[in-house]
Amino acid sequence: MKFTEQHELIRKLARDFAEKELTSEILDKVEEMGEFPQEILDKMAKAGFFGIKIPREFDGAGADTVSYVIVMEEIARVSAVASIYVSSPNSLSGGPLLLSGTEQQIDKYLKPVVKGEKMLAFALTEPGAGSDAGGVATTAVEDGDYYVLNGRKTFITMAPLADFAVVYAKTDVSKGSRGISAFIVDMKQEGVSCGKPEHKMGLIGCATSDIILENVRVHKSNILGELNKGFTNAMKTLDVGRIGVAAQSIGVAQAALDEAIKYAKERKQFGRCIGDFQAISFMIADMATKLKAAKHLVYDAAYLKDTNQNASMAASMAKYYAAETCNEICAKSLQIHGGYGYIKDYKIERLYRDCRVFTIYEGTSQVQQMVIAGQLLKK
Amino acid sequence: MKLLVCAKQVPDTNEVKIDPVKGTLIRDGVPSILNPDDANALEAALQIKDANPGTTVSVITMGPPQATMMLKECLAMGADEAFLLSDRAFGGADTCATSTTIAAGIKKVGDVDIIFAGRQAIDGDTAQVGPQVAQRLGIPVVTYVQDVKIGDGKVTVQRQLEDGYEVIEVKTPCLLTAVKELNEPRYMSIYNIIDGCKKEIPSWNHEDVNLDPADCGLNASPTQVFRSFTPQPKGKGEMLSGSVSEVSKLLVEKLSEKHLI
Repeated sequence: MKFTEQHELIRKLARDFAEKELTSEILDKVEEMGEFPQEILDKMAKAGFFGIKIPREFDGAGADTVSYVIVMEEIARVSAVASIYVSSPNSLSGGPLLLSGTEQQIDKYLKPVVKGEKMLAFALTEPGAGSDAGGVATTAVEDGDYYVLNGRKTFITMAPLADFAVVYAKTDVSKGSRGISAFIVDMKQEGVSCGKPEHKMGLIGCATSDIILENVRVHKSNILGELNKGFTNAMKTLDVGRIGVAAQSIGVAQAALDEAIKYAKERKQFGRCIGDFQAISFMIADMATKLKAAKHLVYDAAYLKDTNQNASMAASMAKYYAAETCNEICAKSLQIHGGYGYIKDYKIERLYRDCRVFTIYEGTSQVQQMVIAGQLLKK
Repeated sequence: MKLLVCAKQVPDTNEVKIDPVKGTLIRDGVPSILNPDDANALEAALQIKDANPGTTVSVITMGPPQATMMLKECLAMGADEAFLLSDRAFGGADTCATSTTIAAGIKKVGDVDIIFAGRQAIDGDTAQVGPQVAQRLGIPVVTYVQDVKIGDGKVTVQRQLEDGYEVIEVKTPCLLTAVKELNEPRYMSIYNIIDGCKKEIPSWNHEDVNLDPADCGLNASPTQVFRSFTPQPKGKGEMLSGSVSEVSKLLVEKLSEKHLI
């Protein structure tokens, strides 16, 4: 992949930002308090990180997917949780509005998110609808100019922090996934509440919780896109949105590799650096090789998207391989650290926990395999 | 108001290693960066622009074509336009020849109210080019500026001294050299990166700025680098302890020993 000057400058910006702002003191505090500093989010907004690939007319920077991948990679290399705040407006929560939002909806809900003034959540998953997203049980029943929403969304990233959420609900229970519509819900509205923030294994500093909807009246003007076309909107969002998780994966994997190399050169056993032992050095060679392959898959998927080619399978391959490889690299890096890797004082401990969800959220590895195989076998 | 910033692309000295045998800098593979003090100079200009609508900020540099990348970085921080002075004839310039070329470039840009430069570049540490440019343009210069205030055609600055600062009022046009205490340079933004990369950066040679090759580069450099080396570290200072009278006595002994008193 040959990057343009624009991409090189964006990488420099994201790297400088991450190294200067996301210091280990700040990241330790984020882990301890479970909250991410607003001051850093404000600076991220100013740098344009919340609207990287959102068009200029919607107050974004109007850059390409490769630029988005570069920012995600460089931020995640220092802090995976910080990269969630970048991916959400650019991809998962901004995506549905970009795809189907009216001018008024974009003005009211997307533009403030790009400026970092508001937060938006993406609410699809339910206790009984994970990989089988079409199995949504939340209902929306028409009542004059309104729809009345009832149900429970689960594992919703940023729900307790969000001002609005894109909620997918059944408007026609007889039609399965073809009876799902998307609604923009104000999180402060009557009948909307959040469950307690989940105690997650990693990515601490970005609260995840349930959203409970009890007789929530949503005006018809807040239907996103066409009635009963919500599932298509969600799938299109996820389809290429998963390039973001793939980018997070290569960022975290790079950090784990960097830590492994540093430690292998420092740590002495049997009178020499452990990196001098073939068992360790070959592990590092494998990690670096697989990481390079993963990077190329991620950049390739982004390039296909930017050149208006079908990026669906490439995005799934990138997400599948990068997430699995990141887990493997983090596990090996921790192994190289030995007992110290199991201690919270070492960075690898956090990387190992943070990356575990990459093979799970925005489509598990198994769902990616379904997408890839499905495309190959349908011909 | 029209502001102009003099910038230099330098090797990132944090990444530079010293050749243990020759004692010179190993520059191969070292990334090039915007000189840190020049980033402060640019930030000062951009802050004035933010507070005074209609103000424009231009950046000028002398260097090889690769220096356009640094100029793009300046545009990505918020500068409006950038100019590159690049010519084989400019090569091998010392500070004297460099300032001739930069002053000629600034004359071509024209009608500048305030010129900002960094205090010094981290690769040469001379701190000479800024004041020399002012000399060639016949305008006042204030060095080591740590604070700037603008109003009514004059500029009020704080000039950093070792043990304090002096407040100086200076008429425009003038040249100010910035120290790092002046401000915290901003990040680029993705918006400005996209816009900056679309901008054309004019490259000027000696003819474009009306200079005779005899007045440029090596030909016009009265100083030549004879040798560069890393000075030996001085070693740690010695701490004296005890009561005031004991320490005073010891100190006098030590200083007498070294024939300093």
